[in-house]
Amino acid sequence: MLKIEGLEAEIEGKQILRGLNLEVKPGEIHAIMGPNGSGKSTLASVLAGREDYEVTAGSVDFLGKDLLDLAPEERAGEGVFLAFQYPVEIPGVSNINFIKTAVNEVREYRGLPAMETKEFMSHLKEKQKLVKLSGKLANRSVNEGFSGGEKKRNEIFQMAMLEPKLGVLDETDSGLDIDALRIVANGVNELKSNDNAFVVVTHYQRLLDYIVPDFVHVLYDGKIVKTGSKELALELEDKGYDWIIEEFEKKS
Amino acid sequence: MSMSDEDKIIEEATSGEYKYGFVSNIDSELAQKGLTEETIRFISNKKNEPEWLLEWRLKAFELWKGMEEPNWAHVSYPKPNFQDIIYYAAPKPKKKYESLDEVDPEILKTFERLGVPINEQKALAGVAVDVVMDSVSVATTFKEKLSELGIIFCSFSEAVKEYPELIKKYIGSVVPQADNFYSALNSAVFSDGSFCYIPKGVRCPMELSTYFRINEANTGQFERTLIVAEEGSYVSYLEGCTAPQRDENQLHAAVVEIVAMKDSEVKYSTVQNWYPGDKKGRGGIYNFVTKRGLCAEENSKISWTQVETGSAVTWKYPSCILKGDNSVGEFFSVAVTNNMQQADTGTKMIHLGKNTKSTIVSKGISAGKSQNSYRGLVKVAKGAKGARNFSQCDSLLIGDRCGAHTFPYIECQNKSAKVEHEATTSKIGEDQLFYCNQRGIKTDKAIGLIVNGFCKNVMDNLPMEFAIEAKKLLEISLEGSVG
Repeated sequence: MLKIEGLEAEIEGKQILRGLNLEVKPGEIHAIMGPNGSGKSTLASVLAGREDYEVTAGSVDFLGKDLLDLAPEERAGEGVFLAFQYPVEIPGVSNINFIKTAVNEVREYRGLPAMETKEFMSHLKEKQKLVKLSGKLANRSVNEGFSGGEKKRNEIFQMAMLEPKLGVLDETDSGLDIDALRIVANGVNELKSNDNAFVVVTHYQRLLDYIVPDFVHVLYDGKIVKTGSKELALELEDKGYDWIIEEFEKKS
Repeated sequence: MSMSDEDKIIEEATSGEYKYGFVSNIDSELAQKGLTEETIRFISNKKNEPEWLLEWRLKAFELWKGMEEPNWAHVSYPKPNFQDIIYYAAPKPKKKYESLDEVDPEILKTFERLGVPINEQKALAGVAVDVVMDSVSVATTFKEKLSELGIIFCSFSEAVKEYPELIKKYIGSVVPQADNFYSALNSAVFSDGSFCYIPKGVRCPMELSTYFRINEANTGQFERTLIVAEEGSYVSYLEGCTAPQRDENQLHAAVVEIVAMKDSEVKYSTVQNWYPGDKKGRGGIYNFVTKRGLCAEENSKISWTQVETGSAVTWKYPSCILKGDNSVGEFFSVAVTNNMQQADTGTKMIHLGKNTKSTIVSKGISAGKSQNSYRGLVKVAKGAKGARNFSQCDSLLIGDRCGAHTFPYIECQNKSAKVEHEATTSKIGEDQLFYCNQRGIKTDKAIGLIVNGFCKNVMDNLPMEFAIEAKKLLEISLEGSVG
């Protein structure tokens, strides 16, 4: 589904990713961990197509298409979704209007007609339940005055509405209390199927108690330096990153 | 977003061509160029006006000659040569129209191209449209239904003939001839306009709507609108404008007067989309308008809602004089400037009566190299005990070559008054755009979404049908303004 090869990227002339490789198959959940500044959020941003980042080498293939060649909205149309670490506020635009516009834009990209209001509303209600997002939030402006937890739940709600093939979660767990964390994780688990995949960027092992990854990757200095099963996350929680960094530096 | 991208964006922003630029071929009768007593006599004679109105015009002309063009607004433009303007143009007079079939098909075609559905469907939708085409009304619908209720809605010239007492009583009562340079000019040479009278206790059952359109090259447009709401009445009045593309600058100096009696309410909504000039700022309409409402008696209410997207230079301050106790004035405004447009717009709220209340919500959006200013005066007179005002002025910038300015003036002479002013300036963030893009929303649509969100609490005050049109207009005027 997703194949990243030799990816190098920089921001304002500073190189962040230095030859990253990653392959994700349908039905898989990949966790990306690593110390601060290792390039985790950069990876998420590059996949979504944020303009600040310049890709200087490497390739990203997504379902047979060159992802790097597509504009951000085209990537969304192809089925890439990024749950933002810091969801953006859009004053005066209701959450419901926003997501309706998004759903229909994505449908248009895929050559589908706009969704009937009735169908949309029932879809909306079902997905709101999934992340226990109150109906009131649907009528409030996008993320405006939302608590940290509400913002993150709103991200998962939007993801549920758009039903992406690849969901990238950028530190969705940061700033969440344990209840909110469970709700978010539960949302992801409900959405998970054999046809889609998730890349979960996280700092802490905690989230992985609820979203069980098939693979855990450690990102360091812009590269994936170690890959393991979910036990690796527990080991990291226990021992920190230093041993991996030492191991890596000895090798190189 | 890198600098060069932003430059590109701004370039694209300025490449949006005016979509309504075309000229329709309609026979016109023109006055001679220039402004003399003769011109005024010509106009008055053309319109078969009574002597008193001619005198009234001539008095205004005398006053105007002694006045100077105001230059305090934050706008710059070559001063119009008032002797190089044709002060009167009217489609050749035909007989009165009973139905649309009798109207010049050219005119109807013009409206069709504007997307103004002036047809039976519109009539069925409950909108009576009094079309002002180059100064003379050519079609009026729904007149009969309105007249059953005693509502008068007709062209100004017709009102002068049919209801001279009402006109005599109210003309210049809110905006006197000598009020300012442009109102004096208008008073001297006004060609036509609309008159609306709602009798005591009548609630006008439909939105009254007038479409203005400037059509003759080099012709100044001097419309005059007068709305009188008697005790306990209600009316919602809509004015919408577009103009065809022209190279010469066209001057527009309208006057709108509203009088609201006890317990009455007048809602006045405008969508203005005149030709703003090309991207280098050539051509375009000069829009110097005096709009003022008088809450003459207690518990009256006047509400101005405007969406301004057009004109090269706009100079416009719809105001309320809150004379009656407990009267209410409201001003809701969206002003969009793009390319080289300049807008200096706002309101004046003059609190005279006790417990008078005013609300001002102004949203300025600047793109391209445009300049957008809010200028507002809140004045509380000595006797205005318990007066209250709330003002909110928000500016949104698109790109980094435009300007937003706020000039709030507050004069308060009563200690019990409460005046609040809030102002914000923000830029459409690349974060917001990226967030929308990531959800699959294209940039143009995202801009529309963000801008409409920014203007929401003003747009909410527009009548439903008008709001849809206005939303579309916002999107059109900012089309291509980012990536």
